[in-house]
Amino acid sequence: MNNGVEALLERVRSALGSGARPEPAERYYRNLMPPAGGKGEDRLELFARNVTALSGVFHHAGSFEEAVERLKKMATELKWKKVACHGTGTAFKAAQALGLDVLNTDGGYEKLALEKCDAGITECDALVAQTGSVLVTAQSAGGRGLSILPPHHVVLADNKQLVADLSEAFIVLEKKYGTNYPSSLSFITGPSRTADIEQQLVLGAHGPKKLTILMY
Amino acid sequence: MTRNAVEFRNASAKSAVDEKRQGLLTHAIGNYLGKRDTGRKRFRDWEGARKQAEAIKNEALENLDKYLPQFIEKVKERGGTIFCAEDEESARTYITNLALDRGVKSVVKSKSMTTEEIHLNGALEKKGIKVLETDLGEFIVQLAGETPYHIVFPAVHMSKGEVSDLFHQKLGSKETSDIEGLTMIAREHLRKEYCSADMGISGANFAVAETGMISITENEGNARLTMALPRIHVAVVGIEKILPRMADLSFFLQVLPTMGTGQWMSCYNTLVGGARGKNEADGPGEFHVVLLDNGRSKILADAESRETLRCIRCGGCLNVCPVYQTVGGHSYGTVYPGPIGAVLTPLLRGLKEWGHLSYASSLCEACTEICPVKIGLHKRLLANRRDYAGKYGPMAEKLGFKAFAFAARRPFLWRLAGALAAVGQFFYPLVAWFPGNPAKGWTKGRMLPRIVWKSFRNMWIGRGGEIS
Amino acid sequence: MKITLFIPCFVERVAPRTGMAMAEVLERLGHEVVYPEAQTCCGQPAYNSGYWPEARSVAEHFLDVFSGAETVVAPSGSCTAMVRSGFAELFRGTEREQEAAALGERTHEFSDFLVNRLKVTDVGARFPGRVAFHDGCHSLRELGVQAPPRELLARVKQLELVELPGVPRCCGFGGTFSVKHPDISIAMGRAKCAAIVATGADFVISNDPSCLMQVRGIIEKKGLKIRARHLAEVLAAQ
Repeated sequence: MNNGVEALLERVRSALGSGARPEPAERYYRNLMPPAGGKGEDRLELFARNVTALSGVFHHAGSFEEAVERLKKMATELKWKKVACHGTGTAFKAAQALGLDVLNTDGGYEKLALEKCDAGITECDALVAQTGSVLVTAQSAGGRGLSILPPHHVVLADNKQLVADLSEAFIVLEKKYGTNYPSSLSFITGPSRTADIEQQLVLGAHGPKKLTILMY
Repeated sequence: MTRNAVEFRNASAKSAVDEKRQGLLTHAIGNYLGKRDTGRKRFRDWEGARKQAEAIKNEALENLDKYLPQFIEKVKERGGTIFCAEDEESARTYITNLALDRGVKSVVKSKSMTTEEIHLNGALEKKGIKVLETDLGEFIVQLAGETPYHIVFPAVHMSKGEVSDLFHQKLGSKETSDIEGLTMIAREHLRKEYCSADMGISGANFAVAETGMISITENEGNARLTMALPRIHVAVVGIEKILPRMADLSFFLQVLPTMGTGQWMSCYNTLVGGARGKNEADGPGEFHVVLLDNGRSKILADAESRETLRCIRCGGCLNVCPVYQTVGGHSYGTVYPGPIGAVLTPLLRGLKEWGHLSYASSLCEACTEICPVKIGLHKRLLANRRDYAGKYGPMAEKLGFKAFAFAARRPFLWRLAGALAAVGQFFYPLVAWFPGNPAKGWTKGRMLPRIVWKSFRNMWIGRGGEIS
Repeated sequence: MKITLFIPCFVERVAPRTGMAMAEVLERLGHEVVYPEAQTCCGQPAYNSGYWPEARSVAEHFLDVFSGAETVVAPSGSCTAMVRSGFAELFRGTEREQEAAALGERTHEFSDFLVNRLKVTDVGARFPGRVAFHDGCHSLRELGVQAPPRELLARVKQLELVELPGVPRCCGFGGTFSVKHPDISIAMGRAKCAAIVATGADFVISNDPSCLMQVRGIIEKKGLKIRARHLAEVLAAQ
């Protein structure tokens, strides 16, 4: 089937002509963008502040075990019955510790079953201080749906994963995946929201109403 | 006047006095403006950021013959399918045929102005395929049988009462004035649809050449769901959306929401480069990117109007435009309203049919001032007018300006005309009925200025002022 | 200094007091003021409407009339902007391109001229009243003139200046826009007048006579209790 590629490229080539092209633009945006909180405590404080400002919840635990304890408390308080997770790593271990029904997305899952889970527990690739974002990919977070369909998204992150700004997050991606990016990745910045009706902010429009980040 | 121009005149006349609609719009924009200003201040150098955004988009456009093939190659490498649509019909045909061929019964869509541009929904529905808009604002206007009122806030013109009535009528839900309640009604209605839809259709805010990934910016999560759950994903992407590098997104993903909604970062910024990857838990079995030309390559070919393609569809210009705020998004009668719409529509869809939009501006330059990629929007409007007047200017107007130029080069004649007008103005009521009388528009709501008998020159000479 | 008066075409016939006031202030400051009587129009109406060959023809006459002038001052931001930006567009690639550019550099809007060229903010004026200032869009955005009118008004005795709320908004004139799209133009003008009335001001002052024409037209039609005056008239008052 004619996919129109050659015809398009021909139109574009002829539109641009054969003249000399300007040099690639210098990229100096890193210094223009909002400050990224430096190192250590500052970075942590900035991340925490940003997440809270967006109605996300951030908890800095002393250890993975402490993070799991925190998760157990949450599950009890919020009366969870069924949770979803992925893989065999931290997200899986944390989900198992809850003693509830667990759906593991590895190898595929029933969409309606995932829809009925109270929470989706995932790992991540990075936490970004500058924006209060969580970087997940289809590989690090058990697919595309796990972090968006259940009404509560819980992220488990190692404190070494906290980076200063978005630029650094993209470097993390490049280092980790090389030329073989997962088919999908997402920067998650706060719980789902909308203001489409009279500009009033409502959380949980389609994605999770709650976002909890447990860092250890 | 063309039919479109007549419709615009009638629609804008009605909207100009619709205080209710204007009130809702003004309230929404007022809300946005404070956030936007806070957002801009977060940048260490906003003016510098504008120049940087302009430079990177220019690089992408000036080298589109390099970056487009790179993007296409990368998509294909990962098993995606590319279709380059020269016009809206071929885009519609491709997507409709694909859907029919794959036995698609229902489609979920995330917000995409390009899919509005190609009038996709109607084409699919004609073939018996259900199409559901999932962005809350789009969902609302779809239920209402309307088109989006704003490129970022589709339902900004509706009050919560109207939304409640709409949901009650079309979904059978209970009436409520609670906005969260209304949002949850939409959420509940759409949950099952995501899980059962066969195809997800999205647009894209950016298309990264380096990796062949499209980038989508949203707050609700409906785009992520649209791209995660159905078995086929189709993205419709204007060819001007190309960005050279992944790293460029670290910048643009903060510029776009600052201008678009006044946020420092939108809730979800998602990149998709293909169908479900090996060892991935989910994702569509097929990924198609429809690259849309539809007149863009023509704009690219004109070095003067090429800058229009830098547009990142942030909606910032709409939010500062006094004309948009007076007439609202529907009066334009076409997909893109506001300043960018007034510039782009004649260029994409024809000067003769749509040139009147470029005249519907007082040239206050608020749009040029705000544009994050520094498009000289008011200059584009003037250029469109220049091109329009030469070819399609009404005869009376052409002759009028020729007479104007003739007199203006001849001071004595000019002064004579002024003197005649000073006398003739008293006979104005006799000629007011004359078809095409420009002063008729003035007197609709204003008193005519009085032309004085004693001109400045008379007064100056009278008090012995120096003449040269 | 010898200052050449650029009197916009409609000031000539509709608001000549504005031109006289500007000349009076400049003379009071000790300058020689001259009026080239062959001037007619800068061509902006034709330019804005897209009739560039006609606009260029009128602009050529303008160049002829003013080319000998050392310094040109106009009581209008939009006309000044025309001579700077509009002429640059019209004469690009023609043999008068440099001449037009040079004239543009020597042409100034009145308040900008007083404050930034003559370095004067107090012209010895007295104008009792509560005054709202409306920025002409060309003055504000094309010429970047925002502070000068306010600095001048601050020195006028017995004058109380109030700012219009929010960001500066277009009055809706826009040249031929006012008659091509009258419904939109009138709605914008009414919104502007409502904002002025809300400040409780007795006067609306602008440095753009076309804005004043628009606003005055609406004030008179609606019988509003505000009076419209040009900045020059306020500065000439004693």
